[in-house]
Amino acid sequence: MQSNSNILQIEKLQTYFYISDNKVAKAVDGVSLSIKQGETLALVGESGSGKSMTALSTLKLINRPGKIVGGSIYLNGVDIVSKTEKEMESIRGNEMAMIFQEPMTALNPVFTIGNQLVEMIRRHKKVSKKQAFERAIELLRIVDIPRPDEIIHEYPHQLSGGMRQRVMIAIAISCEPKLLIADEPTTALDVTIQGQILDLLLEMQKKFNMSILLITHDLGVVAKYADEVAVMYGGQVVEQAPVKQLMNEPNHPYTVGLMSSLPSIKNPKNRLETIDGTIPPAYDFPLGCRFSTRCSQVMDRCIQAPPALYSLRDDHDVRCFLYEEGVAINGD
Amino acid sequence: MVIETERVAVEQKTLTPLIRVNELEKYFPIKKGILKKTVGHVKAVDGISFDIYEGETLGIVGESGSGKSTLGRVMLKLASPTAGEIYYQSTNLTHLNRNDMRSYRQDLQMIFQDPFSSLNPKMNVYELLEESLLIQTRLPKEERRKKVASMIGKVGLRQSDLQKYPHEFSGGQRQRISIARALILEPKFVVCDESVSALDVSIQGQVLNLMKDLQDELRLTYMFISHDLSVVHHMSDRVAVMYLGQIMEIAKKEAIYDNPLHPYTKALLSSIPTGVEEGVREEVRLKGDIPSPANPPKGCPLSTRCPFAFDRCHKETPELLKKNDDQQVACHLYENE
Repeated sequence: MQSNSNILQIEKLQTYFYISDNKVAKAVDGVSLSIKQGETLALVGESGSGKSMTALSTLKLINRPGKIVGGSIYLNGVDIVSKTEKEMESIRGNEMAMIFQEPMTALNPVFTIGNQLVEMIRRHKKVSKKQAFERAIELLRIVDIPRPDEIIHEYPHQLSGGMRQRVMIAIAISCEPKLLIADEPTTALDVTIQGQILDLLLEMQKKFNMSILLITHDLGVVAKYADEVAVMYGGQVVEQAPVKQLMNEPNHPYTVGLMSSLPSIKNPKNRLETIDGTIPPAYDFPLGCRFSTRCSQVMDRCIQAPPALYSLRDDHDVRCFLYEEGVAINGD
Repeated sequence: MVIETERVAVEQKTLTPLIRVNELEKYFPIKKGILKKTVGHVKAVDGISFDIYEGETLGIVGESGSGKSTLGRVMLKLASPTAGEIYYQSTNLTHLNRNDMRSYRQDLQMIFQDPFSSLNPKMNVYELLEESLLIQTRLPKEERRKKVASMIGKVGLRQSDLQKYPHEFSGGQRQRISIARALILEPKFVVCDESVSALDVSIQGQVLNLMKDLQDELRLTYMFISHDLSVVHHMSDRVAVMYLGQIMEIAKKEAIYDNPLHPYTKALLSSIPTGVEEGVREEVRLKGDIPSPANPPKGCPLSTRCPFAFDRCHKETPELLKKNDDQQVACHLYENE
């Protein structure tokens, strides 16, 4: 099962939220993913699709009433689902790190940039304060922050959004993690800054041979920066393929709908094609296919039973009865 | 080709603009100390002029801090301008007081970005829609009820939704309520300020389609403010690119996207990841961050970040000059051609 080239391998992960006695939100429900060393896997989906919950589960940052109720998460071959909170503390930030969407809320406003970097470095490495401080300046230089020896004494509010996200990246890479989880890293930034930050992430990835789990809703970003894509809907992966393959040949009606509902500058249309309705809440998914309530090609059987993930070819999986002639994988 | 562009030009001249903005400025004072002495100004809108013709959509693009939202608010007199004039049809709105302005409010409406904060949570949909009719018209109760019922249908919601409260709806549905609320008075001109930015992709498409359908049906004129270049392209006839309170380039949509002149426009277009639609475009990447509008650079506002900046750019502010028919650009690179 566990292949050695995968830095991260998630198998049939289930994260449920027990809201009340008869209300269970299946935020992540049977997700399997893998990322090879040095590659980027993009997790795409709308709000409520479970993409952020998959990321938080990977770091075991799920709090009550949420719980990982099934599946395994192999980081470098070791299953971390059974690890204790204490063991996780040495893994987080060290072997895997995360950057968040809003760098202002992720940084502590009452400590200087230097404090926060030094804290991170000394938490995981046995170095003196002075050595950690020097390393912090070096890290700021790596992420292209101008005047690092001055900025290190400044507070987060003194920096712009783009600069703050650079600081977040510096903190995240400080222990040279093998896996970086980036949850909508550029959504809060302006377009001209977005490109700068994504380019920086790509540069860091090459420099440290990191794997990246990139969570985004922006298909344009996916096309440019990812190697593999998994499209999520209703807590499940509905389609997974290498980026080019998925962009040129989307198969799942949801992926097709998502791509054609984007306005295109190159092929302008007078009216956009849309997906009707809205994503159902995670505690009230339909019995059959979770997309059946919005699908334009829905059949009777879609309403009766959920489809498995079928393999179209080696590296292209689709969760839809339309592609049943493919081989059911994953045993579900 | 030449004849055709002339015809368009003639057509536009004979049309009187619905909205005309002339040298509009909005400065916010920065106050300091116990005496609240004014120590400087944030020049949110800094000398902007353009016309908007009936039935068209003018797109406004720019990054945060470019002044695009302030421009929209000042044009509807939700904030008073520091200098310059705003004309609606032939009326000068600039110096009208609140009371005089009221009779024009019916024609000038706004759809906001966040449907979570722009709807009063204590009012149900019926009350939300009826409110503007109560303020602006003297329609009897039965007439109001009819109008509300027809409007809710136009934005694709059910009659049974009228008794519900905003929290019972999803983001996309709430934005439909905001649209219904803005359009129920049958306005002529609507400012859409990032109206779909808070919505998911599949919902965004639904709302954009709705806005286009209603534009055709009710013969609306839109000013569509957004940071999303693809969405602006989809919605607009002409596009103005803003940076630090000034217009860098304004032109027909085709010119902006196929033949951008200003380095800032080029940089914005380069920032759209082109993976999905492999296009060869001149790639322009800007250095550094947007300067604070309280302390804009001397000369051209873009001079600190522009890869083509030369001496003159740091000293003189370029004027918005006509380059082609219907394409104006504010850049020293194009002045002597």
